[in-house]
Amino acid sequence: MTLDAKIPEGPLEQKWSSYKDHAKLVNPANRKKLSIIIVGTGLAGASAAASMAEQGYQVQSFCFQDSARRAHSVAAQGGVNAAKNYHNDGDSVYRMFYDTLKGGDFRSREANVYRLAECSLNLIDQAVAQGVPFAREYGGYLSNRSFGGVQVSRTFYARGQTGQQLLLGAYQSLMRQVSLGKVYLYSRHEMLDLVVENGKAKGIIVRNLDTGVLERFAADAVVIATGGFGKIYYLSTLAMGCNGSAIWRAHRRGALMASPSWTQIHPTCLPQSGGYQSKLTLMSESLRNDGRIWVPKLENETREPNLIPEQERDYYLERRYPSFGNLAPRDISSRAAKERIDAGFGVGAQKNAVYLDFSKAIKEQGKDKITEKYGNLFSMYKKITADDAYQIPMKISPAAHFSMGGLWVDYELMTTIPGLFAIGEANFADHGANRLGANSLLQACVDGYFILPYTLANYLSGELKSAKVGIDSPVFEEAERDVRNRIERLVGIKGSQTADFFHKELGKLLYDKCGLSRTATGLQEAIEGIAKLKAAFYKNLLIPGEADDMNAELEKAGRVADYLEIASLMCFDALKREESCGAHFREEYQTPEGEALRDDENFCYVSAWEWPGDDREPVLHPERLEFEFIKLSVRSYS
Amino acid sequence: MKVHLKIWRQKDAGSAGRLVDYDLDQIDTHMSFLEMIDTLNEQLVLKGEVPVEFDHDCREGICGMCAMTINGEVNGPVPGLTVCQLHMREFKDYSTIYIEPFRAHAFPLKRDLKVDRSAFDRIIQAGGYISASTGQPAEANTILISHDQAESAFDSAACIGCGACVATCKNSSAALFTSAKISHLAKVPQGREEAQKRVLKMVAQMDAEGFGHCSNTEACEARCPQGISVLNIAQMNWEYNKALVLR
Repeated sequence: MTLDAKIPEGPLEQKWSSYKDHAKLVNPANRKKLSIIIVGTGLAGASAAASMAEQGYQVQSFCFQDSARRAHSVAAQGGVNAAKNYHNDGDSVYRMFYDTLKGGDFRSREANVYRLAECSLNLIDQAVAQGVPFAREYGGYLSNRSFGGVQVSRTFYARGQTGQQLLLGAYQSLMRQVSLGKVYLYSRHEMLDLVVENGKAKGIIVRNLDTGVLERFAADAVVIATGGFGKIYYLSTLAMGCNGSAIWRAHRRGALMASPSWTQIHPTCLPQSGGYQSKLTLMSESLRNDGRIWVPKLENETREPNLIPEQERDYYLERRYPSFGNLAPRDISSRAAKERIDAGFGVGAQKNAVYLDFSKAIKEQGKDKITEKYGNLFSMYKKITADDAYQIPMKISPAAHFSMGGLWVDYELMTTIPGLFAIGEANFADHGANRLGANSLLQACVDGYFILPYTLANYLSGELKSAKVGIDSPVFEEAERDVRNRIERLVGIKGSQTADFFHKELGKLLYDKCGLSRTATGLQEAIEGIAKLKAAFYKNLLIPGEADDMNAELEKAGRVADYLEIASLMCFDALKREESCGAHFREEYQTPEGEALRDDENFCYVSAWEWPGDDREPVLHPERLEFEFIKLSVRSYS
Repeated sequence: MKVHLKIWRQKDAGSAGRLVDYDLDQIDTHMSFLEMIDTLNEQLVLKGEVPVEFDHDCREGICGMCAMTINGEVNGPVPGLTVCQLHMREFKDYSTIYIEPFRAHAFPLKRDLKVDRSAFDRIIQAGGYISASTGQPAEANTILISHDQAESAFDSAACIGCGACVATCKNSSAALFTSAKISHLAKVPQGREEAQKRVLKMVAQMDAEGFGHCSNTEACEARCPQGISVLNIAQMNWEYNKALVLR
């Protein structure tokens, strides 16, 4: 199999316009004859569903939550990037393109990243038109702030709820189309399989989570917008229901997975306090604009943070990366925190955190200004920890956050299965080996609002004449039978351990061996450990209740079953990439200063993996990354 | 710590429900309330019993999914929290805790602590949007909105759609939820064009769903996890009356 990314010819800045100029269109009268399934109602899914319905296609939209508005985009706090250069501080589409490419350690496609930066301009306009209440200056103009890994202010924000407000914009557009009868929305429905006929994606099998009934849906194209799978680590910043099942089922039906081991471990989260814990809450990266990160210089320090004098504090990010300081990118900040914690300088009861200190900012800017910028984050911190961050420094720690990897897609966001598209965090496309802060909301929106409407139409124009596949056809029968067998197998085990038990074990194993730093030996151990855990899962799992009924334990078990397989692929991916890049840090490949050591000669490619069948080694198909317009450089932030 | 739980168990809207007693031991005070229920459910599953169904997702107070009445109070003893943000340190050792679903005519029960809040989606469908299709917008800075106006619009837009306002209201009114969206969109210039039509349609839908009338007790604001102000209800009434006059 050779992978064709279908990058348009021509100069970098003209590739997307040239694509749009030549993409095939569908006559408005024909659009209502074409149907699209969109799975997921986060920013990518909701924006895509609304935009496609506005054009006149029939859209069926699915989410597992009880309302489309609750998808996890809602939790993004800090902001969304756009190269508007409203602050005259030297920003441009090219600079944003370069920052993003460099932030991803040169492991993404030039053309995709340039398009992301280009479309960022329009996204802010779109969101404002929908009524998204971005922060404003006193003169009424839009305000910006800075995020990690850049030296300009290009982040637009709505206090600490940018994700919630952007999602409400997309959700409201979606609700408008629902009321017009152009979108059929199915909440509390989870996709459990993809239906492929003659090599093309033609539908899905879903489980109605309120009744347990399996249902079939057919369409001319399927779009997966189900987000990332960072919840595989169990403890993560993701919501409890976030899962990798839709992409994994698509993978097993033939879609390649790209760089699945590239997981962003976010540096500013609340530390773990006990074994019962179900999630690690994220504190927005925007806090690093004004907060200073430090640990005591003294090992096993016992004094309260406010009693430790200035000269006995180690502001390690400012020390190691003077030009970016506390705004160093996420992978670098997380690794630096882990280095200090592992060396015995961690703080808090479990010695697993570092301080994020606002005393200097409060002294310089006043408490009111800090409240206006971060008030809701400070109050959230207090609600969870009972500590007042205006008085004492926050305690923060790294936690699993974002999947840079996902389904392999070409420039059109189509997977290796024709008619199956993946957008937002579910695909791998734009962030390389590390995502910059505030680029996630951007990518989800740009994929859904601006890219898919062109590329999906281009595909659908060829589907008008092809025969419709009905839900009574044998491929649907077979897919539903597979799902039913899987569910019956899980329910029939009747062992003695809960799904959460296996999920927690898997999370620990993965965090230790395939987390912030990896080694060949560790990864091999992990692959064996996962195989053992999988065997134990299918022997000892216990699910109470019935399969054809509302059953939260069955939902969890199905997701864990898929996580066990994804985890194994992640470890293979990390093992075969014998270099360090971005979030992928192999201890064997580092500079004397402990920074990531890339190997452009041998690993300047995206690892796309093919499903080989159960219990066989995955097959690697590298997609070589060609850099025509920029020169690869060492990613330095010091 | 030790707690004694009395949890509402009900198979579906058509079956009778009842409070069931559970004892839980070795609860850490740093646990969140939902993690305490996780612990109970884990024990139930291991005993082969069916665990308690409850809604939850983000567990950081923003998705609006978790919802229950604790000791008769919506989302528990601390005003302004979602259940996922409530921690066991707020309860005394050996206390008895009553856990029940949100109760409102327009939120029919699904099972145990789960209720159906799709009425909120239908209120938004009735007009809680700006009709701006993808691809039409003008350059963002051509629409100026003063700092204070933008902040005020944000305050209204911050609603997470959890339904605590309805559950705590003695009339089960959705006035706070509905008015927050009406005010948000009325406070920004982009939303003014449709303000009149919007308020009439959304209020009509709110009534059609079977929510009660607002009688200004302000209990909703007191319990709202986002601190949404009842002044939004005043603005909704003003917009509504204006729309009636101008119609």
